[in-house]
Amino acid sequence: MAVLEISNVGVSGISGAVPKRVYNNLDYDWISEKDRKMLIKTTGIMTRHIAPLGMTTGDLCTVATEKLIKELQWDKDSVDLLVFVSQSRDYMLPATACILQDKLGLSKNCLSFDVNMGCSGYVYGLSIISGLMSSGSLKRGLLLVGDISTISTSYKDKSAFPIFGDGGTCTALEYKKDEKLVFNLQTDGSGHEAIIIRDGGFRNYLNKSSFDAVKYEEGIERSRSQLELNGLEIFNFSLTEVKPNILKLLEKTETAIEDVSYFVFHQANRLINESIRKKLKLPEEKVPYSLGKYGNTSSASIPITILSELRDKVTQGKNTVLLSGFGVGLSWGSVLLNMDNIVCPEIIEIE
Amino acid sequence: MKIERLIEKLENEFEDLEKGLLNPNFNFREIEDWSSMHALVIIALIDSEYDVLLNGGDLKGAETVQDLFDMIQKKLS
Repeated sequence: MAVLEISNVGVSGISGAVPKRVYNNLDYDWISEKDRKMLIKTTGIMTRHIAPLGMTTGDLCTVATEKLIKELQWDKDSVDLLVFVSQSRDYMLPATACILQDKLGLSKNCLSFDVNMGCSGYVYGLSIISGLMSSGSLKRGLLLVGDISTISTSYKDKSAFPIFGDGGTCTALEYKKDEKLVFNLQTDGSGHEAIIIRDGGFRNYLNKSSFDAVKYEEGIERSRSQLELNGLEIFNFSLTEVKPNILKLLEKTETAIEDVSYFVFHQANRLINESIRKKLKLPEEKVPYSLGKYGNTSSASIPITILSELRDKVTQGKNTVLLSGFGVGLSWGSVLLNMDNIVCPEIIEIE
Repeated sequence: MKIERLIEKLENEFEDLEKGLLNPNFNFREIEDWSSMHALVIIALIDSEYDVLLNGGDLKGAETVQDLFDMIQKKLS
């Protein structure tokens, strides 16, 4: 596919919320102290915010959204569209977006729906919401993106447990005549087993054995209702696909690396992200990391990184940013857009 | 292209390794507390140094540092 250009839409603000509870990977005593140190050095993940049982992605997104609407001084009735992107919805059904429309006190005229995407979800979500707004019929939209991944990981699975953190975000978009977003979106479903929760959907409905822990190798025990992650496959996928995806977007938009203020990557882990950065020959100062403080927050990781590392920059002056999400699906994509003087309240921590 | 450079890079990457321990015949899985994460670190190192991406199967087929080096050369040729 050629790159997808969507005109007349721009980002006005971003907000985020995380659970207050912090888990430090130095305390992860399922593995030896030496392994812990290597894990922290290699993944770059020291602390992560963990949601208590019962707290949902919808809850985090609600707090983030209320804050942003207030800061933007938007009338709630002016919101025409709400898109919720997550792989950890509040219920099997109905769609969380419908619950959020009511909880947030948005108008009944607000079009609301869910999108089931993970690591690439922020970039895909931006393409969906801006595509719907481009004609000008819908003037204001909210993109709510986040995940509670920690509940799905097994403490006894060293390949997944220390990686993930929880977070919910809100991105406000508006119809703006002079702005555009340009996307390069891709998919390879042949790798769908690389990150998977096998039981709980309709292929393998939850049953008693879904909760039986199975030992797969040393340090890796989990049940079929918990998240499985094939590190080597994800690593190879990321190093093979992300660079050409970004280079094509830059080429088609006639953008040089020097023209881009920041490259914000999905926070997979430091080894993967640094390998991608080096392959693209990007200077360190253009590639921010929030991994150390928040871990891999799945679909929320790009906006969380902007909020955590670039608040001073995107709230003042002009910035051309390239965002790139990649992972579960397998699905990946990048977008080039402007973030000029946008509204970014500090990340909120929730009890 | 020299194997010494690969050995030097591996030594830098795994700081705990005794200097001089690595040689072409060293079985890299004998690195203390070898884990799948070591494998990823080696793959990342080879990718950034040589622009050669080894996969899981490639790595399974290698035992020694010399095997790794030969594999890189083969992929580059």
